[in-house]
Amino acid sequence: MNILVCVKRVPATGGRIVLTADGSDIDTRYLGFTVSPHEECAVEEAVRIVEAHGGTSAVLTLGPAAAEEQLRDAMAIGIDRAILLETDGRDWDPVATAGAIVEAIRVQEAASGPFDLILFGNESADSGGFQVGIRTAAALGRPCVTGVKSLQPGDGRIAARREAPAGGWESFEVPLPAVVSVKEGINLPRYPSIPGRLRAKKKDVERSSPAWRSGGLEKITLRLPKEEVTAAEVIGRGPEAAPAVVDLLARIGVLGR
Amino acid sequence: MSGAVLALVSLAGGVPERASLEALTLARRLATASGAPLEAVIVADGSVAPSAAAALSGAGVTTAVVVDHASLTVDQPDGWAAAVAQVVESRGPAAVVGPGTERGNELLARVAARMDLPMAANCISVEPGDRYRLTRQRWAGSLLEDCWLDAPTRLITVAPNAVPVEAVDGSPAPAIVSFAPTLTDADLAVHVTSREASERGGVSLGDAKVVIGGGRGVGSSEGFADLEELAGLLGGAVGGSRVVTSAGWRPHADQIGQTGLRIAPDIYIACGISGAIQHIVGCKAAKHILAINTDAEAPIMGVADYAVIGDLHTVLPAISAEIRRRGAGRA
Repeated sequence: MNILVCVKRVPATGGRIVLTADGSDIDTRYLGFTVSPHEECAVEEAVRIVEAHGGTSAVLTLGPAAAEEQLRDAMAIGIDRAILLETDGRDWDPVATAGAIVEAIRVQEAASGPFDLILFGNESADSGGFQVGIRTAAALGRPCVTGVKSLQPGDGRIAARREAPAGGWESFEVPLPAVVSVKEGINLPRYPSIPGRLRAKKKDVERSSPAWRSGGLEKITLRLPKEEVTAAEVIGRGPEAAPAVVDLLARIGVLGR
Repeated sequence: MSGAVLALVSLAGGVPERASLEALTLARRLATASGAPLEAVIVADGSVAPSAAAALSGAGVTTAVVVDHASLTVDQPDGWAAAVAQVVESRGPAAVVGPGTERGNELLARVAARMDLPMAANCISVEPGDRYRLTRQRWAGSLLEDCWLDAPTRLITVAPNAVPVEAVDGSPAPAIVSFAPTLTDADLAVHVTSREASERGGVSLGDAKVVIGGGRGVGSSEGFADLEELAGLLGGAVGGSRVVTSAGWRPHADQIGQTGLRIAPDIYIACGISGAIQHIVGCKAAKHILAINTDAEAPIMGVADYAVIGDLHTVLPAISAEIRRRGAGRA
């Protein structure tokens, strides 16, 4: 089974987000970078499927030259090869992003055969558009299942399971080739080994530079929501606080009787 | 082209779900601001859609479209995307506004992909114009983006828990219009093949009035026994931060936060949770937050209403004992 995983480099935000002075972006001077949590799991899932069923895996990202770091992270845990669609750092909206990914997939598939499975994260941690995987699938004319938390490859098909809105699970089965967007929880991603990191360092990254385009959604500025920072009322310290807590629960109306 | 604003309304338990009513509220503001009628498509199986449409009286909706197709169910996301795309083509709205739930974002993204239109997910305000000026959530709401949406038909979803539902006094029930889409086998190919109930009993994390959340401070999988005990006494549910699910102390389905569940209980008791923004976005809709933490300076204290400074492993058993002493527990 040949698998492509699409990821996005995002800042590893900690306790709070700080913006640049002009509000155009997150101030990342003191931040590390990662991929979205859903995508970490997509990478792990691709590695596991290839380990269990054979085949090859590739990772692709649209992002700045520095996104090579996230591609090498993916190769360090077992992805075979990497493709960087290098940008000048400007934001690409979801239509433009999916368009560039589709073009790259067509080039890749013409050269080395079809991807049986293309994996995405359900949504990116930063811009949260909830659509690049769906658009890619539609453009390629392939079935797409979103929000997936379990995958079982079969013969020419793949079974996928996701949580139902009211609890429980709903299952799908679609023919390959297919596109699946996954959510964190589908697996627990492994940490890269030192030999894995060394191997990844030596591998080539395939590069191209698609021209920036607009897809109809254009950022004006970023701002932090007005926070109601409240100082919590300290109702006690240690186990002696228990009566005050139970009084509070009674007042709120959540105590049994 | 009618220039109407078309709202997508999904159901939960046979009635319009809250996130759809929130989206309908933003859609109505947009319709009012642009002097356009407000219409709705009921995203529901044919057996329940007409009664749900009738239930929209008081929402300011002039026309409710009920999709009539023998084999279309909500278990067919592409089928519904095809149906909504055809409704859009036939009625020519200026904008389509849906709920920013998992399923709402999925449906409108599938419509957008079919119609080759941009889509803005999880908006909280919309100003009409030649281009729409939107404010949308990034980072699950810990950051806002002002942006332009430039398209012949504007596709927008509304972030849940961000727009309070408003009703319109004296608005009549909408006229119900039936629409028969033409669907191909390919449209119906992706569909739910089976369903399973949740493997875990008790009150679900999403519905619980009381949620006890554990973080790094719980220390281990076994450490959750103190949280479970209190949850049992209060008829509540136990969840955790990403640290806890990534460590395997709790199943991922218990995660509260950006990549897990967003909860809105009467009270959220955050135990040993420092309060990373990715966690806060999942619990800030709680009516009350009580933090139990050894660190009085932890970021969670900035969003909590109440705090107990102390070790959760001594505080929680004391709370459980006090509830039992008063004979007030449920178990």
